[in-house]
Amino acid sequence: MSDDVILEAKGLARSFGGIKAVDGVSFELKANQVLGIIGPNGSGKTTLVNLLTGFVKPDQGQILYKGQDVTGLPPYKVAALGMARSFQMVKPFYELPAFKNLIIPLFSSRVRRLAGGKYGDRDAVAKDLLEEVGFERDSQVITQRAGSLPHGYLKRMELAKCMALRPDLYVLDELFSGLSLAEVASLVPVIDKLMAQGATIIMVEHRLRELFRIANQVIVLNFGRKIAHGAPQEVMNDPEVKSAYLGSETED
Amino acid sequence: MKENDKSAGRRLERIDRGIHARSEDIFALNSWREMLYLLGPRVIPVVALVILGLVAPLYWQRVLVSTAMFALLAISWDMLASTGMVSLGQALFFGVGAYVSGILNHYYGLPPWLTIPLAAVIGSVICTIMLLPVLRLRGIYFAMVTLVLPLMLERIIEATKIFGGTEGISGLGQLPSVDVEFIVAMVAVWAALFGFRRLMNSDYGLVLKGIKDNDRSVMSGSINIYLYKAQALLIAGSIASLAGAFMTHAYMFVGIPVFALDYSIIPIAAAAVGGVGTLAGSLLGAFILVPLNELLRGLGGLRSVIYAVLLVVFTVGLPEGIFHFLQRKYCQFERWVEVS
Amino acid sequence: MITMTIVYGFINSAILVVAALGFNITFGISGVANFAHGALYIAAGFLTYLCLTELHFPYWIAAPAAVIITGALAAVIYRVVLLRVRGLVVSEVIATFAIGLAILELFRFLGFVGFEFTLPVFVDASVPLGNTLVDAQRLLVVASGIVLTVFLWLFTHYTKTGLAFRGIAQDERTALTLGINADRVAALSMAFGGAYAAVAALVILPLGTIAVNEGYDVMINSLAVCIMGGLGSTGGLIAASFLIGYGQIITATYLGTHWTMIVSLVAILIILIVKPSGLFGHQKELEERT
Ligand SMILES: Nc1ncnc2c1ncn2[C@@H]1O[C@H](COP(=O)(O)OP(=O)(O)OP(=O)(O)O)[C@@H](O)[C@H]1O
Ligand SMILES: [Mg+2]
Repeated sequence: MSDDVILEAKGLARSFGGIKAVDGVSFELKANQVLGIIGPNGSGKTTLVNLLTGFVKPDQGQILYKGQDVTGLPPYKVAALGMARSFQMVKPFYELPAFKNLIIPLFSSRVRRLAGGKYGDRDAVAKDLLEEVGFERDSQVITQRAGSLPHGYLKRMELAKCMALRPDLYVLDELFSGLSLAEVASLVPVIDKLMAQGATIIMVEHRLRELFRIANQVIVLNFGRKIAHGAPQEVMNDPEVKSAYLGSETED
Repeated sequence: MKENDKSAGRRLERIDRGIHARSEDIFALNSWREMLYLLGPRVIPVVALVILGLVAPLYWQRVLVSTAMFALLAISWDMLASTGMVSLGQALFFGVGAYVSGILNHYYGLPPWLTIPLAAVIGSVICTIMLLPVLRLRGIYFAMVTLVLPLMLERIIEATKIFGGTEGISGLGQLPSVDVEFIVAMVAVWAALFGFRRLMNSDYGLVLKGIKDNDRSVMSGSINIYLYKAQALLIAGSIASLAGAFMTHAYMFVGIPVFALDYSIIPIAAAAVGGVGTLAGSLLGAFILVPLNELLRGLGGLRSVIYAVLLVVFTVGLPEGIFHFLQRKYCQFERWVEVS
Repeated sequence: MITMTIVYGFINSAILVVAALGFNITFGISGVANFAHGALYIAAGFLTYLCLTELHFPYWIAAPAAVIITGALAAVIYRVVLLRVRGLVVSEVIATFAIGLAILELFRFLGFVGFEFTLPVFVDASVPLGNTLVDAQRLLVVASGIVLTVFLWLFTHYTKTGLAFRGIAQDERTALTLGINADRVAALSMAFGGAYAAVAALVILPLGTIAVNEGYDVMINSLAVCIMGGLGSTGGLIAASFLIGYGQIITATYLGTHWTMIVSLVAILIILIVKPSGLFGHQKELEERT
């Protein structure tokens, strides 16, 4: 294993009552790359994310993060090691002001450790983070009730929550879904910036066109199995991928 | 401005009463009126209750003391519920606290002013340890465990005849006088209320509430939710155990009735009537229900039925509870505006 | 001694199965944990008693009447109360728990306490099994356990309502798209659970007296076997009933009757600590989807 491999999955498998949600998926991911994960609905993308981040325990297989075996670790330990995830379904704290939603990751011991043992002014950090993902600083959106924000803002808040942990590896589950083209375009520079800072990103996406502009490599899942892995163009010309996507091509 | 009720051609508009500048901790107060507006609802009940308690006849003084203890149980329940741990068995904390203080007093001869604080700590530690293995359970699964534990302890004491078995331990030490009891109870209940409210409004409390709303999201924020849940159990459990210890010395007796369903159901009913999630609502609910219970003493067993029915009515019909309602009336104007 | 333990253990297990079936049906279909189950059971007992002694109905009218009324009562509880807190699991639990408490304590308040409250046995006879005499009513409980389980199976596999039940139980969302009315099915499942509680009362209560406190014990026992078996799984329920049923009889024989309920309580705890989804349950309930 070379030094710059940040994540390695070996034969991950998990089934739910007879359904093989993820079925023997292996891959290696080098640091500072963007890996896209695509596949039709129900092909096991979210389950793979859950496996990597400790939310679901694998039936089989192993996950190495920075060479350390993290298989079976609880999610908060995985996150503490620097692997942050976002959720496909956003469930913010509706009653709280938007920036208060970021307090929870900012309260973690990981953040305190990175900040040199002190918490600092969490509210200010939270507001800065929201600004980074495109909340207008001086407008009301930062202090507005999260429940009254449009979906696009909530999705960006989800990304900010990950960024709050200052992770080395982001695992983003359908960050772009439900966003307008303009909103996606506004997030691309944010992702570029994270990459420039040396982050590694796994993006689960249905929005292939947008994904392919960012991703260095793509994994295609179908019925829980990895059916292709390679550069975006290469993968899309694969006949098996074409047939898996036939009729279920989602360019929404 | 929020919450509009629509009705034929007009709608009710609610407007927050303005305080000029306000953040969580700092109130920039412009006038005595604002000071009064903020402090009134906090100070007046405290003062009123203390005066009431000191002039009330002995019997009602005792009722107020036990009301305060139920209020502690209810506040404790509410804090746990806010952390996503709904308990059907506050009697667990209450009973364990009661037995710990009884044992310390009877077998080790410690005086009440020592056994009560000790029992608050030891009792909640014991209960937390008992609940540690089920911290990963949510919703009804956790609730079932809390329902089962006090029943089990009760039956175990009955079967093994330890600590006096069904007879219990009587002749325990007492606090010097009912006045002292009353003052201590008042200090405990108000300190718990204001302390817990402050805690729950801090960032720490935000994490706790986050666990209730969406524990997965909290875990993804690299927070060890089990550690926080255990802490919440310790904190909330301590006042419930304190209530148990206190009542032990007030009655000078401890026995298996301390695990009775009443100590589990009345706190839930109080929180439901007062309003879940505010802590103050739980206190208000207790101060409505428990004295009511005394007034209805003549009805005997029907009181449990009334509690249960009130619990259903408020849980299902008025989940907001009385406190939220009062708070809204106090903090907002309402006016009808014509809708074009 | 050994045969007695075997025979009585078997009967006790059958009692647990019969008493818990109703709770399990409701939970399995609509996901409502009906904490008023024990109260419905006792209510059915007192209803039958009242029909027989106050109204002087013949048994063959009193018994079905109690079953129907209890079932209807359960459906009313669903319509009036649970419908409003549907999906708020904790509120459901608190509401049913409080309703159960209200029913039971109401009976206590009305003076239904004493040894005169009994139901008639079906056949007053004893049958020798090996070297122990067993009264016919106990064997009847075993028989009715078998009948009730088989009936349930036939019902859910061959009738339209039953199939709707299973549809909802397996996948509520898909069932909805197929035009099954989830609320109606849930109300029916409550009624069905209530009716099963009443039948259980009719066959089990003649073995002793109808006592309010029994309502709490039935609730705990039903919870214990259902949790151990995996909430909603009938096979699991039966297996768990035998484990707990024999556990209770053995502890009662060797340690004393004080310990019987402790067996159920400890069983609930151990299962929830070790394998919360139960011995035969699906893990769906605990690992929620994203
Ligand atoms: N907790 C769970 N319990 C039972 N089945 C599950 C669970 N999580 C996922 N599944 C099943 O596993 C399969 C894969 O689901 P998954 O959510 O991983 O798909 P996905 O690729 O993320 O789909 P989508 O594009 O719709 O988000 C599905 O059949 C799903 O029903
Ligand atoms: Mg998904």
